[in-house]
Amino acid sequence: MALKTEPFVLNMGPVHPSTHGVFRMRTTLDGEVVVDIEPIFGYLHRGVEKLAEQRTYTGIIPLTDRLDYISSMNNNLAYCLAVEKLAGIKVPERAEYLRVIMAELQRIAAFLIAVGAFLNDCGAFFTPFMYMFREREKIVDLLEMVSGQRLTYNYIRVGGVSQDIPEEFLPALRTFVAQMPGFIDEYDRLLMQNEILLARAKGVGILTREQAINCAASGPVLRASGVKWDIRQADPYSIYDRFEFDIPTGTVGDCYDRYRVRVAEMRQSLRIIQQAMTQLPPGPVKAAVPHLIRPPVGEAYAHLEAPKGELGFYLVSDNSIAPYRCHIRPPSLINLTALRDMVRGWKVADLIVIFGSIDITVGEIDR
Amino acid sequence: MEVGDIRPYIYPDIELDREEGQGIEDLKANSQPAIPDPDKWLDEELSQNILLTSADALINWGRRSSLWTAICFPACCAFEFIAANGPRFDLARFGMEILRASPRQADLMITAGTLTWKMAPNVQRIYNQMAEPKWVIAMGACGISGGIFASAPYAVVPGYNHIIPVDVYIPGCPPRPEALIYGIQMLQKKIAKRRNLTLGKD
Amino acid sequence: MTAVLSGKEIARQLTEKFPESIIESGQDYLVVKNESLLAVAAFLKDTPELNFDYLNFITAVDYYHYFEVVYRLSSLEHNHSLVLKTHCADRENPALPSVTGLWQGADFQEREIYDLMGINFEGHPNMKRIFLWEGFAGHPMRKDFR
Repeated sequence: MALKTEPFVLNMGPVHPSTHGVFRMRTTLDGEVVVDIEPIFGYLHRGVEKLAEQRTYTGIIPLTDRLDYISSMNNNLAYCLAVEKLAGIKVPERAEYLRVIMAELQRIAAFLIAVGAFLNDCGAFFTPFMYMFREREKIVDLLEMVSGQRLTYNYIRVGGVSQDIPEEFLPALRTFVAQMPGFIDEYDRLLMQNEILLARAKGVGILTREQAINCAASGPVLRASGVKWDIRQADPYSIYDRFEFDIPTGTVGDCYDRYRVRVAEMRQSLRIIQQAMTQLPPGPVKAAVPHLIRPPVGEAYAHLEAPKGELGFYLVSDNSIAPYRCHIRPPSLINLTALRDMVRGWKVADLIVIFGSIDITVGEIDR
Repeated sequence: MEVGDIRPYIYPDIELDREEGQGIEDLKANSQPAIPDPDKWLDEELSQNILLTSADALINWGRRSSLWTAICFPACCAFEFIAANGPRFDLARFGMEILRASPRQADLMITAGTLTWKMAPNVQRIYNQMAEPKWVIAMGACGISGGIFASAPYAVVPGYNHIIPVDVYIPGCPPRPEALIYGIQMLQKKIAKRRNLTLGKD
Repeated sequence: MTAVLSGKEIARQLTEKFPESIIESGQDYLVVKNESLLAVAAFLKDTPELNFDYLNFITAVDYYHYFEVVYRLSSLEHNHSLVLKTHCADRENPALPSVTGLWQGADFQEREIYDLMGINFEGHPNMKRIFLWEGFAGHPMRKDFR
């Protein structure tokens, strides 16, 4: 006797322990199997683009900090690259190297949270998360030494960085770079062949290469699907063409591949920091930029490889002290376009794992 | 696993969206003045200024030493709260290690992030689901007054005290974990002064 | 480095295939008419030498008399990029064809433009507000909002 079933709609609401922030999904379930999913955003829509039209070019930098709040240095850098492209400002050498060091440190910190939260969703309740937070505190100490803030740094400015590094920064950075590979090895030893992680993440939520490119995915999500596309090498910004590093890619495009790509990229970031530390030249850290920047009429788009993906700023200027239009290309929102295809046919528990492996930040989606 | 034909977005939920939107507009219209802070505990009248009984002291000690937080983590302050829970600034030593998902088992709501009008009915619902006694800490500049986003009033609520009554305000953007711990200790001092067993008129 | 293709070059190729579709072409951008947007976009995507298979972003700018919708396309294989723009002069009921059939990544971005600017994209599978709630009056990113 065949059982007649009917799909029902379940709301995984904005207040939920496994959604990374205030994110809501309306899932249509057939029993335990997900048939359809409709993500609903907007619970953190703060109107950053509208606010940016009312603030000066330098005054927008604190707003950009709060977009993807776990990788603030990269947000600042993307915005400053766009303004420098628009206004034709040249950045001194020492500032370029400092920017690269801060951006890569921030990338490691963001990946630590991403991997920790992903393992949290897989069921390892908080233990790997606490381990990774221990390392993140070391990085946050380093970044606090240069900028004074723990989370939203406001350090990278138009024309360079806001102030030079103190003397204790480089020795502390050297100790950190020497210790960190040991910690990543510890995580690999504990997690890489872990049976539960393999059972929950291997083969789950496969995103094929064509789907990934069509959905305009970027960052580790795109690279795990086999596309070797990293903006630091494809369209180098700042001085990334002087450094040597690999681009880890995955083969299958499942959650396990995304996890592996993030861990491998942490090692590559350490490589970049080591090279930048040895090549750091003396000199000024900020170009002579007026307080109120008035770029000529025009538009510019600058993008960079943020930990979540391709973060870009599109600025339109009309020769006044505030931009006419500031649009932010959010990597998390565009990576989520692929969620529906990835999730259909899997169970609710797999939905959480797949969603965690895309790694979003709601502040960036909703802006 | 084979799933049959799917029409795009099976159930058009535009009606549900419209109801939600209407609820938000109503809440926005009714929440313009701020809810005054609960200040009954500041009562300086002599009749109330009697030493608490030892039963009261015991109950207050129990309540303030095991505050369980409800999850309400919109934005950036959430990461300072999680760092405060982390291995370096350990909140578990204050009895606050439990981050329960269910508000029915919680007695403290730390609002870590910007509140938007779209989220406001949900925060009010979570607050209503918490059982008495319950306290609210407004964390960060966004929680106190809307913060850096307050000048875009179409979307951001200017402070949590328009929606729920707030007990302790912690300034900062984001406040350091040490500041958060100081705020929690202030709340613990406030709880220590509560009168729980009232004989006669209150 | 990603080569930014010259708008004038592409315009020349396009006027052979689609006459009357280009309004203006500059050093690194190309403006087409609304009606020929889908045809031009499909041509840019399917031609093997151009192969623009990656849509970087879509956004809209409010220039008081008209809306300008900007698309940035990239090719991962050839590593070149192009900016495609179109104008929308109607302020009461602006409408444009949707490119979600070509690039699925346009899904949420077009909903965002509808929500914040008010431009309707015909052919979109789920055209409704994304960041603000149903029943919100107005479109915030317009220059004349409040």
